[in-house]
Formats: sequence, structure tokens, C-alpha cells
Amino acid sequence: MKTVEPFVSTTNACKMCTPLGAAMAFKGLEGCVPFLHGSQGCATYMRRYIISHFREPMDIASSSLGEKDAVYGGKANLMQGLLNVIGKYKAPAVGIATTCLTETIGDDVPTILHEFKKECLADLNGEMPALIHCSTPSYGGSHMEGFHAAVRSMVAQLADPKTAKHRGINLFSGFVSPEDIRHLQDVFAHFGLPATLLPDYSETLDGPALEDYQNIPGGGTPLDAVRAMPGADASIEFGRTIKPERSAGAVLRDTYGVPLHSLGLPIGLRESDALFTTLETLAGCSAPRRYALERGQLLDAMVDGHKYVAGKKAIIYGEEDLVVGLTSFLSEIGIKPVLVASGGESGLLAEAVAAVTEEFPGDPPLVRDGVDFYQIVAEAEALEPDLIVGNSKGYRELARARNIPLIRVGFPIHDRFGSQRVLHLGYRGALNLYDLIVNALIEKKQEDSSVGYGYI
Amino acid sequence: MTTIAKKKKAVQMDPTDVVQDLLKKYPTKVARKRAKQIMVNEAEGASTPEMGANVRTIPGIITMRGCTYAGCKGVILGPTRDIVNITHGPIGCGFYSWLTRRNQTHAETDADENFMTYAFSTDMNENDIVFGGEKKLKQAIQEAYDLFHPKAIAVFSTCPVGLIGDDVHAVSKEMKAKLGINIFGFSCEGYKGVSQSAGHHIANNQIFKHVVGTEGEVKVGEFKINLLGEYNIGGDGFEIDRILDACGITVISTFSGNSTYEQFATAHTADLNTVMCHRSINYVAEMMETKYGIPWIKVNFIGAEATAKSLRKIAQYFDSPKLTERVEAVIAQEMPAVKEVMDDVRSRTEGKTAMLFVGGSRAHHYQELFNEIGMRTISAGYEFAHRDDYEGRHVIPEIKIDADSRNIEELEVEPCSENYNPRKTQEELKKLEESGFKFKEYAGMIPDMPNKSLVIDDLNQYEAEKLIEIMKPDIFCAGIKEKYSVQKLGIPLKQLHNYDIGGPYAGFKGAINFFTDIDRMVNSKVWSYMKAPWQENPELSATYAWE
Ligand code: SF4
Ligand code: SF4
Repeated sequence: MKTVEPFVSTTNACKMCTPLGAAMAFKGLEGCVPFLHGSQGCATYMRRYIISHFREPMDIASSSLGEKDAVYGGKANLMQGLLNVIGKYKAPAVGIATTCLTETIGDDVPTILHEFKKECLADLNGEMPALIHCSTPSYGGSHMEGFHAAVRSMVAQLADPKTAKHRGINLFSGFVSPEDIRHLQDVFAHFGLPATLLPDYSETLDGPALEDYQNIPGGGTPLDAVRAMPGADASIEFGRTIKPERSAGAVLRDTYGVPLHSLGLPIGLRESDALFTTLETLAGCSAPRRYALERGQLLDAMVDGHKYVAGKKAIIYGEEDLVVGLTSFLSEIGIKPVLVASGGESGLLAEAVAAVTEEFPGDPPLVRDGVDFYQIVAEAEALEPDLIVGNSKGYRELARARNIPLIRVGFPIHDRFGSQRVLHLGYRGALNLYDLIVNALIEKKQEDSSVGYGYI
Repeated sequence: MTTIAKKKKAVQMDPTDVVQDLLKKYPTKVARKRAKQIMVNEAEGASTPEMGANVRTIPGIITMRGCTYAGCKGVILGPTRDIVNITHGPIGCGFYSWLTRRNQTHAETDADENFMTYAFSTDMNENDIVFGGEKKLKQAIQEAYDLFHPKAIAVFSTCPVGLIGDDVHAVSKEMKAKLGINIFGFSCEGYKGVSQSAGHHIANNQIFKHVVGTEGEVKVGEFKINLLGEYNIGGDGFEIDRILDACGITVISTFSGNSTYEQFATAHTADLNTVMCHRSINYVAEMMETKYGIPWIKVNFIGAEATAKSLRKIAQYFDSPKLTERVEAVIAQEMPAVKEVMDDVRSRTEGKTAMLFVGGSRAHHYQELFNEIGMRTISAGYEFAHRDDYEGRHVIPEIKIDADSRNIEELEVEPCSENYNPRKTQEELKKLEESGFKFKEYAGMIPDMPNKSLVIDDLNQYEAEKLIEIMKPDIFCAGIKEKYSVQKLGIPLKQLHNYDIGGPYAGFKGAINFFTDIDRMVNSKVWSYMKAPWQENPELSATYAWE
């Protein structure tokens, strides 16, 4: 197999920068305003990116550093910025992430926050909101590292060691869609398991049209629920490529002894089976009938649709955890993933892909981490894919250039409507993806046909 | 958490009270600062008070502004299709400025180069930050060259670059000598200026220095102009080109919508510079006049009447009966269709109100289009303009140079020994001026705004919400970042940075598009369905003192 020469530069990246992930995660904490310590452009760019995907407001404050501050340090700006945000929003929490600029100049954010809490308490009439911080230089990873770093910071910095034991389960569901979050919440409720899902942006980034606008949207994981995480029965964390030092579940396990169940993102049959098995164990009861039914319906669909998908070849790209789940699912339904690519570089991708594909015969897919679209396109040349699965960013060069369908999943989806309502997880998510894939293949066939069958 | 009631229509409030209301919640220091950037327009008053503009955004205030890099790479160089742009920095900055809907281009043939679909970045890692990224940048330039053999490569600096001391200019120079193509760098680190505006300036300076006047080929055409400050948003440039073409006017270069390297390189061969967005480019017009003797005038192709007026102005400059005749014929041909839609739409939009908070010229130009359908602009402001864009060019000598503006290189320009050629004699210029023709004239937004309207510079998220709550406009014009929060307040938002899926809005056809879009938006029924009939009347809404 031909391998593409390594480039030093990146052409059309297949990843976003670290603070974007952090801002997303902070948005899932109740009442929290994400705040980037740096110059204002980063916050503006990221807002635009996130807003275009969700079609929802997304406020990200910035300390708006200028040249002078870049030289002498951003402490004054950070303090003044926090005062303004807290004052105007009456925010119960602020999530502060650094940017490349403030990391390069070496601002010591924890110390500045410590001083802020001492010096500014009076200005805030004695009410100090929760201030959570994480270090997110973009040159140290992709947006997923930022996402996990923020989740871990929320847990590490908010957890109350004195929490009494309780029956709850902590759920770290990763970078998934609002629809996925809602589905997971239903699943837990049906199992009778009280869950604290972090981060929960199912409402903050998919809110209703309101008669009365709130400048901090409702929803989000309650602060007190995060504080009580050390008392939980167990934690579940999704993502096969999270390194231990990035894992929120690991903090709770190592510091407070909360048992951790690390699972893959429950995409497709087997990864969902793993989740439901874990839930049965934790709940001490069997899965509600509706899930047995959903699983059965998924299998039924897999039988009915097999003729359309069998033997097709797919290229999958996106965040590492996401592509592992998708690879697992596509393999199950008889599609051959020929290339699994990500801009992320956890170092765990190859192993994770191997784990979900080893039971299938034939060559394992080509796995490429730390790549950009230029390299993915170059690899694709020889692979003759029938289908592309990933976000909007691969549309032009991968799908359109070959006239093959792109199944839009994950983030960002900037060229379709309803991105926040794409369901990927659980049996139901698998069914949804399955329908999308089969229909895309049918449509392609239909369009390519000279006859124009209305019965396929 | 505050809830804003949107149900009740505000009674007429005195604009001065509105200003007080906007400032009320701010800490004193912030309020004092913001007060300088908010003004009630007293059209009757003899002189306009000084407008605070182009000052730093207050930390923690959620601003509409972007950074210097965004203004340089995204706005100015973004729409040029055949220069390879390399972002020197970590991945985000380059990624977020990768091919947006703003950047429309139309290569003449398929063989023509178009690099706009690419986002090149040095994707700096920790090692580069610690040990410097110049070596990586050189390699990136080499790779881009090997892949495409472009005419030119431009290198853009992001925040970390300035701090670690990488010299993009030296690297560019070295690679230029090595590869034999034009390569130049921009010191457009995001923190350099207070907004995108600094980036426009840095971009234009470098284009002027490194590209303009480097190719001598003279395009044929009798009436040759450059169109400066036109960015082909939503295909505006295509419509303007269509009209100019119909009039027999040749566009040598557009800065920078739908542009190419060659257009910049030959810009000095035009006989008139026409300036659309005064903010982002007036200094280039000035420099071209000094160096090449090309006079400049302000034009505006947003609004049907404004378009007609601008065409007539160009014709008057060239002083050719043939051109005047052709321009009049084009106007006569285009206007009836515009009038028809205008009148129809106006019957449904007359008396409605608009707010405009966009860039550096749009907040002014679009008032024309609203006027044409009987809508009043009750509040407007720029995101990154300077005082002259509000008050007119006569204030330029008074503007104080602060540390942020000092960051931007002022080019020393002299008449070019080879290509300086005054396009008009002193007498001709004088004659034109005596007949009321105005060169280098821009009176700013304020004189065109209604009495008692509010002018607000660098409006932020909080003030936008407040303003809407108090003044209840029928439409709000800004960008995608503001869109969904404004719409959650029950007010439709028209994007004017890019036009969302709409446009073009320039010229004659554009005016028709705009009228229909606005009609659809302000007369939508969706806002009346907000509450289900089975919902109780939750008395959530706050009541205000004046209700
Ligand atoms: S400087 Fe860093 S944080 Fe800011 S946009 Fe660029 S990559 Fe992202
Ligand atoms: S790092 Fe600097 S250049 Fe990059 S987006 Fe942020 S402010 Fe702009």
C-alpha cells in the first residue's frame, strides 16, 4: 500500500484548536460562561464556528489582550474581564481556558485566580462564583484534548471530598450531540439510575425559542451535582482514546475511589451492548424492554438493508473517539472501513481501531492519526471508497470530488440543518445512522441510473 | 440570571434615557469608557460631537470584533484566489479562517488557479514555540511551492509568532530569493491592534509595497478604474462588475473581492480609484494618488439610487458624453424593475425600523437600502471603524495616535519615478471641483442618520440585548455571532458580514434581492406563534417603570 509522504506543514486540518473543545465543555455546566484568556480573536473565531453548527447563541468572553499585555502579562485584563463577566451575567460559574498567547507568555492563571478571589470578593458583594480553569495551549493537542481537559478540571476543581455516598452514576459522555445527551439521559432514567452527565449542553446549545430571553441559557449539569461526584456509586467514561492523565473518571477513581468503567463511545451494536451490560450491572436489573426492542429493530434493519451496504468501502475521519465508534459500527453492518483518519494524536488510535475490528476477516483498515485533509485525500486516491463518513470539512475534497455520498456526523456540520439533533449513540443512534447510510447509497444508485426507478 | 421581557412594546423613550439605561449596569469605569462611544445624533446641531472609536474592547465584554490576523488574512487576502496563504502559528487561527461563504470567487477558466479552498498552516507545536518556528515556516513555503508553483505566497503571523520572535519578513525574503516568486509576510499578530481594522491596514500596506506596480501590462479600455474596498460578499462584486461592464467601464483591479495577483500588480494603470469601504482602504487610495497620480472618489453601490449616483459620478470624472449617455441608458434600463419591487415591498415595510451594527461601512451604506423601502434606521454603529467614518474625513488631522495605531507601519510614499502620471491637469481638477465634484470626500455616517437616532461604536452582546429590549426594532442587522441571541429576543436578524444564503445586495439586482429578503423577514408570522394556546399565561415578564 502506498503511503503518503509526510509534510511538515498542515494543509486543510482535520482538527480544531484546544480552547474550542474547552469552551464547549464549559458550556455544559449550569450557568457557566466560557472565558478565554488571550486576545479577542480566538474567542470570536470559535464562537462563529460553534454558533454556525448549533444555530444557537454561544457567548465566550475574552480578556482581550493587547500588545502591551502580551509583553507584560495579562493579569490585569484577566481580573478586569472576570469582574465584568460576573457582574453583567451574574454567572454562578466561569470556565477559564488559556490560549496560545497566554501560554506562550506563561501567565500563571491559578495564581491570578487565587488573588482575584481574595482581592475582588468585596467588589462582588461577597459572592464569588465557581472559577474553573484549564490550561489549553493549542500547540499541545487538538480540540479533544481541550474538551477532556475542561471536563477533568471541572471535576477536579469542583469535587467536594466531604460528599456522602449516594446511588448516582457519573457519566462522562464526551464530545457528542445534544440529541445524544438527551438519549443517554432517557436511558439512565429508564434504568432507574440517577446520573450526573457532564458536560450537558443538550439545552444550552439546543434551546427553545422563548418568549423571555435568558442571557445565560437554562440547562447544563448542576454545579452541586458535580460537587457530589466523589460520592457516586461509579463513573462511566466514553472514549477509547482518552489518556489517563486526561480522564475525568480517573481523577474520581484515583482520588476518591469511585470505580470507573471506561467504555468506547456507544456507537453501533457491540459498543452499545457494552454500555447496556454495564448499566445492567450497576442497576442490578435487566434492561427495560424498550431497549431489547430497539436492539432487535436494529438487527432487523441490518438484515433488511444488508444488500445495499454489503461490501461497500468507507473512509471515516474526525475525532479519534468518534472514528473508533464509527469504525466499529460500519464493520458490523458489512461496510469495509478502508481508511480511518484523525487530526488527533493521542497515540491510542491504532490500538483502539484494532480492538473493534479484529473479529472481522480481511485486511484491517488503514489507520492514520495526526493527519490533515491533504493527506487523507492523497491516501484516498488508491482506495476507491463508496462512502465518506465525517464532518462537513471533508465534503469538497473527499465526497464531491469523487461524486460519492458524505454521511455527516459529529462536528462541525456547517452545510446541513439540524446538526444538534443528529443521534449517534445507542441502538437508536445506530438505527439512525444506518438509515442515513442506506438511503445515501440508494440515492446515489438512483441518481446514477439512466432509468430513474422509483422502486429500488 | 436575568430574563428580558419581550412581550410589551416599549413606549417612546427619549434616546438620552436609552443611553442611561444602557450604561446603568456597568461598573463606573466601564460606563465612563462606553459613554464616549455612544451618542445621540442631533442632526440639527451645527457640529457633531466627537465620537469615541477605534479604542480597545473592554476585557470580559463580549465583543463582535475579531482580531488583526482575521482582518488581514480573512478579509483582505481571503478573496484573492491565486496567492497561496500560509498561516504561521498553531492550527486554530488558520483553520477558522478557512474558506467561508464570504469568499466568493470566479476563476475565468478551470485552468485558472484557485487556492481559496486550501488552508495552509505551520500548525506549530510545543517544540516550535520553544525553539522557534522559522525553520518550519521555510519548509512550509517550500512545500507550498512544490505543490502549486504559485505566482506568490503570503505568510501571516498569529499571536505566538510575535512573542517568540520569529521573523516572517526575513524568512519570506530569503525564500523569495531562493524560489524566484514573490513571497511576503505580514506582521498581523492578533493582539496588534484593537480590531480587524489594524489587519486591513497591515494587509493593504504590504500589498501596496510588494505587489502594486510590479507588472506593467496595460489592459485595454477607455475608462479604467480600480474598485477599492469591495469584498464580493454574497456576489456583490459580480453584480457591480456586470453594471460597470454594461456601462463600458473597465475594472483594472478590485481590492479585493474576486481578485487576482495580477490585478493588484497592475492597479497603477487605472485612471480613477473608486472607494467603497472607506475604512478598510482609504489610505491605499491616498498612497496611489501620491505615487501614481490617480485621483480617488468615494462611491457606494449599495442602494439603487446610490448606484445610479455613483455611476454618474464616474462618468462626470471621465468627462465623456459617450460614457454619460451609456450610463444613463443603463440606469434607465435597470431602474423600472427595481422601482416595481421597491414600491410593492414598501407598502408592507413603510414606517418599520432597523438597527445596523456591522463592520466599517456597511452600517452606513445599508441605510440607503432601508430608506428606499421606507424603513428608518433608529440605531447604528460600526464594529471597527475610526472617527472619520462616523464624523467625516475632516477630523483625520485631529485623531490622536495611540500605542495601538503606532503598531501599524505608516508607509512613506513618493511619486514614482517611472509611473507617476497625474491623470488630470490642475485646471481640469479645478473645473470639476467648481462644478460641485468632490474628490477624496467622505462625510461619514452621522450626517446621514436621522435626528435622535443612536450611534454606538463597538456594540457588545449585552448592549445589543438591552437596545432591542428598549427600542424594539423590526429588524437587526449584524453577523452570525449575534444572529441567534437576537432572534431569541423575537427580532429577525439579517446577516450583513456575509449575507447568509442571500445576496448579492449591491447594484440594481442586489437591491431587488434585499427588498424581498427584508420583506420576508419583517413580515414573518413565526413570532406570533411563540406561545401555545394551551400554555398558561406565566407572569414571568418583568415590568418596566415606564409601562
Ligand atoms: S491562537 Fe491558539 S487558541 Fe487562538 S485560535 Fe489560534 S490556535 Fe486557537
Ligand atoms: S491567536 Fe491571535 S491571531 Fe490567532 S485568532 Fe487568536 S487573536 Fe487572532
